[in-house]
Amino acid sequence: MPAPISAGTSLVTARERALAVLGGEPDDATLRRYLHGIAGVDAVGLEQRAAALGTRSIKTTSKSWALDRIISLIDLTTLEGADTPGKVRSLVAKAMNPDPADATTPRVAAVCVYGDMVPSAIDALGGAHGDPDDGGIAVAAVATAFPSGRASLDVKLADTAEAVAAGADEIDMVIDRGAFLAGRYGLVFDQIAAVKEACRRPDGTSASLKVILETGELVTYDNVRRASWLSILAGGDFIKTSTGKVQPAATLPVTLLMLEVVRDWHLMTGQRIGVKPAGGIRSSKDAIKYLVTVAETAGEEWLQPHLFRFGASSLLNDVLLQRQKTTSGHYSGADYVTID
Amino acid sequence: MSFLEYAPAPESRAILSLRDRYGLFIDGEFVDGRGTPFQTISPATEEHIATIANANEADVADAVAAARRAYDRTWSKMSGRDRGKYLFRIARLVQERSRELAVAESLDNGKPIKESRDVDVPLVAAWFFYYAGWADKLDHAGLGADPRALGVAAQVIPWNFPLLMLAWKIAPALAAGNTVVLKPAETTPLTALIFAEILQQADLPPGVVNIITGAGDTGAALVAHEGVDKVAFTGSTAVGRAIAKQVAGTDKKVTLELGGKAANIVFDDAPIDQAIEGIVNGIFFNQGHVCCAGSRLLVQENIHDEVVERLKLRLSTLRLGDPLDKNTDIGAINSREQLERIHELSEIGVAEGADRWSAPCDIPENGFWYAPTIFTNVQTSSRIARDEIFGPVLSVLTFRTPAEAIAKANNTPYGLSAGIWTDKGSRILAVADQLRAGVIWANTFNRFDPSSPFGGYKESGYGREGGRHGLAAYLKPASSVGGRAGAQRRLETGGAAASAVGEAASEKPARRARRTPKPTKKGAAK
Repeated sequence: MPAPISAGTSLVTARERALAVLGGEPDDATLRRYLHGIAGVDAVGLEQRAAALGTRSIKTTSKSWALDRIISLIDLTTLEGADTPGKVRSLVAKAMNPDPADATTPRVAAVCVYGDMVPSAIDALGGAHGDPDDGGIAVAAVATAFPSGRASLDVKLADTAEAVAAGADEIDMVIDRGAFLAGRYGLVFDQIAAVKEACRRPDGTSASLKVILETGELVTYDNVRRASWLSILAGGDFIKTSTGKVQPAATLPVTLLMLEVVRDWHLMTGQRIGVKPAGGIRSSKDAIKYLVTVAETAGEEWLQPHLFRFGASSLLNDVLLQRQKTTSGHYSGADYVTID
Repeated sequence: MSFLEYAPAPESRAILSLRDRYGLFIDGEFVDGRGTPFQTISPATEEHIATIANANEADVADAVAAARRAYDRTWSKMSGRDRGKYLFRIARLVQERSRELAVAESLDNGKPIKESRDVDVPLVAAWFFYYAGWADKLDHAGLGADPRALGVAAQVIPWNFPLLMLAWKIAPALAAGNTVVLKPAETTPLTALIFAEILQQADLPPGVVNIITGAGDTGAALVAHEGVDKVAFTGSTAVGRAIAKQVAGTDKKVTLELGGKAANIVFDDAPIDQAIEGIVNGIFFNQGHVCCAGSRLLVQENIHDEVVERLKLRLSTLRLGDPLDKNTDIGAINSREQLERIHELSEIGVAEGADRWSAPCDIPENGFWYAPTIFTNVQTSSRIARDEIFGPVLSVLTFRTPAEAIAKANNTPYGLSAGIWTDKGSRILAVADQLRAGVIWANTFNRFDPSSPFGGYKESGYGREGGRHGLAAYLKPASSVGGRAGAQRRLETGGAAASAVGEAASEKPARRARRTPKPTKKGAAK
């Protein structure tokens, strides 16, 4: 059994830090003052900057490096009502050995499944289960009444605790978008903090907590920026764009904006928070734009599994095709990569 | 490896088929110049690109004569719709040959290929498309019915946006029905000469556009030529002033687009990340070789330190180097002369007590380069806050209140452009209203569109380019004869009440009146 992954921050230090930053209890009024005091976002300018980053030309050695790095940053995901242990075994096999024809292909960072599929995933991973930094593959579980988040706090906490008890290394929670849009920032903060507490294991370590903002429902960039700060203040280890169930899911401007927040948070506190764009990233070309955006915004040190992930399912195969092309010099085709 | 050291991604030069020598483009043909030919070089490597003909006074006279012939015989007689067809054709050819033009521009000028590819050349095409649409709609240009072309336009353009400035000059001139003699800058003639080939490809009637190359004396001879009806110049204020003197007392119409020292005003409620991008784009776009560059950053004092710190972080990610590399952000300074001027003003800044900070970047051995630089602790009385540096050098000043920001922004002999950064819409409107600058950007900078007029106040020149206003610079209202005839025509077809005022008008069939206007009678009736 591999050593459990410990999260970056304990809840106690997260709360202390939040109190210090906010200068008061994290209630609606204090949070509102703080979050609405952050400089606004100009949508046109943000999108222009994202588009400019998207024009970087990544060629030859840089492209090869980028393709391998993308694979090692993928949370290979299946989140369907029709998921079965067999489907999860198949996903795990692909995660461990993405390209059967090329043993030099790196493994993905994690598999991401619903909570009840965690035992199947762990079982299928066997010895490969572990910290992606040590070459292992982590198990991430979506929780807290994913994807809508419309359930009582007790249900959300039970959902989380069960997945952690089953051995999940990472929890992808959703925020209560309804509460956020109604201005009940204190409630959102408390729920994230409570889920963070539920991530704790008996031995004192914690599963890493990714907080899904569902940016497609927050709609404005100002909301995304505030929700990012709120999630980080409440103790999230990662901020994640989307569930993949709402359109639009991840976009480059939204991800750029979230990277600006984690960069600013790092400048302010010295703590590094991860970012996970999820949903809608299907091509290597797009994924490379994200790598460029990460490196030129937060910094190159963010391009590691503890600080950046792609939530994706079909992206992997496109990267594999590109990778085959860089090795062989010609394009193959969809039948030269496995469907899952 | 470091991912951020992106592998080289050079745009191929194979698409260029340059000649070794270029002549003058007069009357639809390339002809030899009678002056001493000169070299054009790549400012990034100092390598020779081509030998360029030099037009002397006799060549200038030939070009003006060709333009006059084309005006008299062809262009002034052609319908607006047909002129528009030629302009549309040129616009499409620019698009078809866009990669070639972008590579040539970056090679000759030193600007990054991403800018020539994504900004310069697309705008060139946009300018021709826009004015192509105007060619048959001149009645709506704001000068009344049937406005007339001026005749032969002499156009002298600078080296910072060689092809784009050509488009700004030629497109409205042709749409309005003028013919043109254009002189590109001596350090950047290449794209204008490729453009001449495009004109041949477009089958533009000979002489409608003539492109003559040479240095300042060629330009002076062109402007001074008595066969010229219109002078349009973009460049330095000193030369603009000389041109204004030269044409004073003549019938030549003049538009001048000259220097600038734009204030980019950042209020404390600005969208900060986008403001930083805007500041960078404002002054480091095209190495700061932009007349409307935001070279004076006016930042509210309470966010000064944060803005400067973020700016330095951002500047540290800029890539300086090979203009043809697709990842280059900062290209080469266009000439040794310009580089020396930047050095000189920069040293003056240090001597005046300002703090200089330059982004850490490797400077290539050959060519002309200047690292992105910001000066803090700059006072309004500093020369680097007053003189146009025309390079990648930003002077940072502070203000406390909107009134002070406006006062400082306006405290310059120039008045070309300005920027305002704030989340508050009402403040944008209030401040913009009081800024004495021809172009004001709000929460953005250095954005251009053919439908938007561009031009300056005070020493930044006069006249407008772009939009309907840009057309007016190449038109005059219908002549007194034509004008009154036009008025009469409207009167006569305008109904009984109007006709009753006009003496004898009601008795004449409208159609007949249109054929033989009676301007004197009409004038007397008024």
